[in-house]
Amino acid sequence: MSFPHRHLLGIEHLSPDDITTILDLAETYVDLNRQSAKHADVLSGLTQINMFFENSTRTQASFEIAGKRLGADVMNMAMQASSVKKGETLIDTALTLNAMHPDLLVVRHPHSGAVDLLAQKVNCAVLNAGDGQHEHPTQALLDALTIRRAKGRLHRLNVAICGDIAHSRVARSNIFLLGKMENRIRLIGPPTLMPSEIDQFGVEVFEDMGEGLKDVDVVMMLRLQKERMDGGFIPSEREYFHRYGLDARKLKLAKPDAIVMHPGPMNRGVEIDGTLADDIHRSVIQEQVEMGVAVRMAVMQLLAANLATLRETA
Amino acid sequence: MTDLLFTNARLIDPAAGTEHLGWLRVSNGRITATGTREDGPPSGPDEHPIDCHQKCLAPGIIDIGVKVCEPGERHKESYRSAGLAAAAGGVTTIVTRPDTTPAIDSPEALEFVRRRANQAAPVNVLPMAALTKGREGRVMTEIGFLMDAGAVAFTDCDHVVRDNKVFARALTYARSCGALVIAHPQDPGLSRGAAVTSGKFATLRGLPGVSPMAERMGLDRDIALIEMTGARYHADQITTRRALPALERAKNNGLDITAGISIHHLTLNELDVADYRTFFKVKPPLRSEQDRQAMIGAVRDGLIDIISSMHTPQDEESKRLPYEEAASGAVALETLLPAALRLVHSDQLDLAQLFRALSLNPARRLGLEAGRISAGAPADLVLFDPDMPFVLDRTTLKSKSLNTPFDGARMQGRVLATYVAGNQVYRREDATN
Repeated sequence: MSFPHRHLLGIEHLSPDDITTILDLAETYVDLNRQSAKHADVLSGLTQINMFFENSTRTQASFEIAGKRLGADVMNMAMQASSVKKGETLIDTALTLNAMHPDLLVVRHPHSGAVDLLAQKVNCAVLNAGDGQHEHPTQALLDALTIRRAKGRLHRLNVAICGDIAHSRVARSNIFLLGKMENRIRLIGPPTLMPSEIDQFGVEVFEDMGEGLKDVDVVMMLRLQKERMDGGFIPSEREYFHRYGLDARKLKLAKPDAIVMHPGPMNRGVEIDGTLADDIHRSVIQEQVEMGVAVRMAVMQLLAANLATLRETA
Repeated sequence: MTDLLFTNARLIDPAAGTEHLGWLRVSNGRITATGTREDGPPSGPDEHPIDCHQKCLAPGIIDIGVKVCEPGERHKESYRSAGLAAAAGGVTTIVTRPDTTPAIDSPEALEFVRRRANQAAPVNVLPMAALTKGREGRVMTEIGFLMDAGAVAFTDCDHVVRDNKVFARALTYARSCGALVIAHPQDPGLSRGAAVTSGKFATLRGLPGVSPMAERMGLDRDIALIEMTGARYHADQITTRRALPALERAKNNGLDITAGISIHHLTLNELDVADYRTFFKVKPPLRSEQDRQAMIGAVRDGLIDIISSMHTPQDEESKRLPYEEAASGAVALETLLPAALRLVHSDQLDLAQLFRALSLNPARRLGLEAGRISAGAPADLVLFDPDMPFVLDRTTLKSKSLNTPFDGARMQGRVLATYVAGNQVYRREDATN
C-alpha cells in the first residue's frame, strides 16, 4: 500500500493509483463503522487538531469522529473565535500549533491556497478540509467511494455536476478526480456561475439542464450559497430552481438508475426538490455522509504511516 | 568637478537607434562630445580616463512610477535606500509615486518629499503628485501650486477616478496648466476583488480573476475623455493585447497619449504565480504568455513607449499571507535592467530599442534633457556588462524591502557603474577602473 504524499492538499496531484488506494482502504472502514465496536487504534498516541477558519458542522464532525475512531487525541479549534480576532497571522498560528507537536492538522480556510501556505510551515501532515474556491479533496474522495459502491465502478460513467461551479471547491476536486478516473464530466449551470475557460479542463459545459442531464449515470448537485444570490449572479431563487433545480421531472432525462448526490447542506427548493432528496431509491446523500467518515479515516491512516516513516528516517 | 573621458565603450544611442564602439567626454556634469574612434582622443590634463573594455555605456534609466514609502512606511523603503537601489540598478532618475500615507496631494507634502530626496538620494528624484485629494477621486489637487513646487506629473496611481465628471474636470484643468496626467486604465467594477487574470490558471487555483477586458474598458474610457479635454495623458501600464488597437487608434488620431508597461509584465506570466507565490502578485495581475509576447512586440514597435520598474516595496508580513489577502507589488529598481536584458538576449529587442523605452521616451514625456547620449545632455550614464551571468540573491538587494519575484532566478547583465551629472554614484565591487 503505497501513498507517496506527505499532505493531502488537493486531488490535482494524486494519481489514479493513489485514489484507488484510499478508496480500497476506506471500504474496510465502512464495514468497521457499521459494527457496534468501531475502534481501530492505528492513530493511538497521535494528536489531531482540526483548525476551521470557516464555519463547518458536518465536515468538522466527520473529521473528529474519524480521528476518534482511529484512536487519535482530537482537538477542535474554532479559529474565528480565537487568535485570528487578535490579529495573529495564519503563519504565526501555524507555528504556534506546530510547537505543540500535532501529528495531523485538518484545516479549512476561506482563502484559496491558505492550506498550501500553512503546510509549508509545519512538520506534521496537513489535510485540506476545503480552501476557498480551490479544493476540497476529501469531499471528492467520499463522492468517489459513494459512486463506486452504487455503480460498481468508477470509470466510464457520465457524471453531471450542476449549479454554482465557479465558487465551488467541491466541483474542482471532483472534476480532477472523475477526470483522472476516466469518466465523462458534464457541467451544468448558468454561465454566470461557470469559471473562466473551464472548457479547457476536459469537461462538457451545458447551459440547458435538460440537455446536460440526458443519459447521465450520476447527478451531482452543488449548494447555491446565499451570498451568490446577493452578488447578482442569478436573478432569483425561484427562477434558479425553475431552470437549474433538480426535480423528478428533470431527473427523468437521466438514466433510469441514475443516482442523485449533494455535498450538503442542502437548500431544499433552491437547487434540489425536497422530496427527491429524501427518495431513498435515487438519493445517496445520506450514504455520502457515511462514506465521509470512512474516507477520512483512510486518508489519516495513510498520512500517519508516511509521517512515521519520515520521522524514522529523519 | 573632474572631467571624464570614457573610451573603448559600446555606446548605446537610443535617439539615433544605434550602438557602436566609441568614446564619450563629460565636462561639468554634461556630455560635451562623443566619437566613434575606439581608443578615443588623447585625454586632457584634468581629465579622468575610463577604459570601458567594450562594455555598454547608455543613458541612465528614467524610471516613472517608483514607490518610496516616505512618508508613512519608511521601514519599507526610504529615499536613502531607494536611491542606493536605483544607483545600483543603473537608474539615474526616479519619478516617485504619490501613493504614500498620507498621499502627496499638497504643495507642503511635496516640499517634504523634495527635501528628503535631496538629502538622502544619490540619484535624481522627480516627484509626482496626486491628481485628486487623498487619491479619493472627488476633488482635484492644487495642480498649479504642485507644479510650481516641482511635481512632474499627476496620478492617483492604482486608484481609478470613477466619476467621469471629476476626471474630465481634472483633465481639463491639468491641460490648462500643461500638466501630464498618468492614469491606471482599469475598469474598477470589473476588476473588484480580483487577484489574478481570469482564465484557466485562475480557475485551476480557485482565485478570483479579472478579465483582460477590464483594462481595455478603462483605456477606452480614458481615451474618450482625452479626446474631449485635450489633456496630456500617459497610461501607466498597458499589459493586454486587447487594449493595443485602441491605443494605436488614439495615437494615430493625434491624441497626446503615451503608454507604459512594467518590467514584470514583459518578463513573467500568470503561470509564474504557480503554487500561490505572493511575490508574483502585482497590479494589474500577471497576464497570459500570449499577452506578454504581444506586449514585447508593442514595445519593439514603439506603440508602448515606456518600460518602468513599478517598484513597490512590501515587507515580509504583507506578503506572507494567503494569496488573496497578500499585498500587491514587487521591488524592481535593481532587477529592471537585468530582467529587461532577457528581451535582448532572446533577440526580441535590441539595446537601442530597450533604452528608447527605459531612458529616451520617459525623458521626452517628462520634458527632460536626460535620456540621450549626445553632446549637451546631462551626464547621467550607466555602464553595464550585458552578458555577465549571475543568480539573484534577494538578500543582496539594497532596497529595504526584498519582495522580488526574481529571487533565485538566473539573470544575465550587470551594472558596472552609474553616473549622475558626471558623478559616480555606484560602482560594482569587482568592476575594473
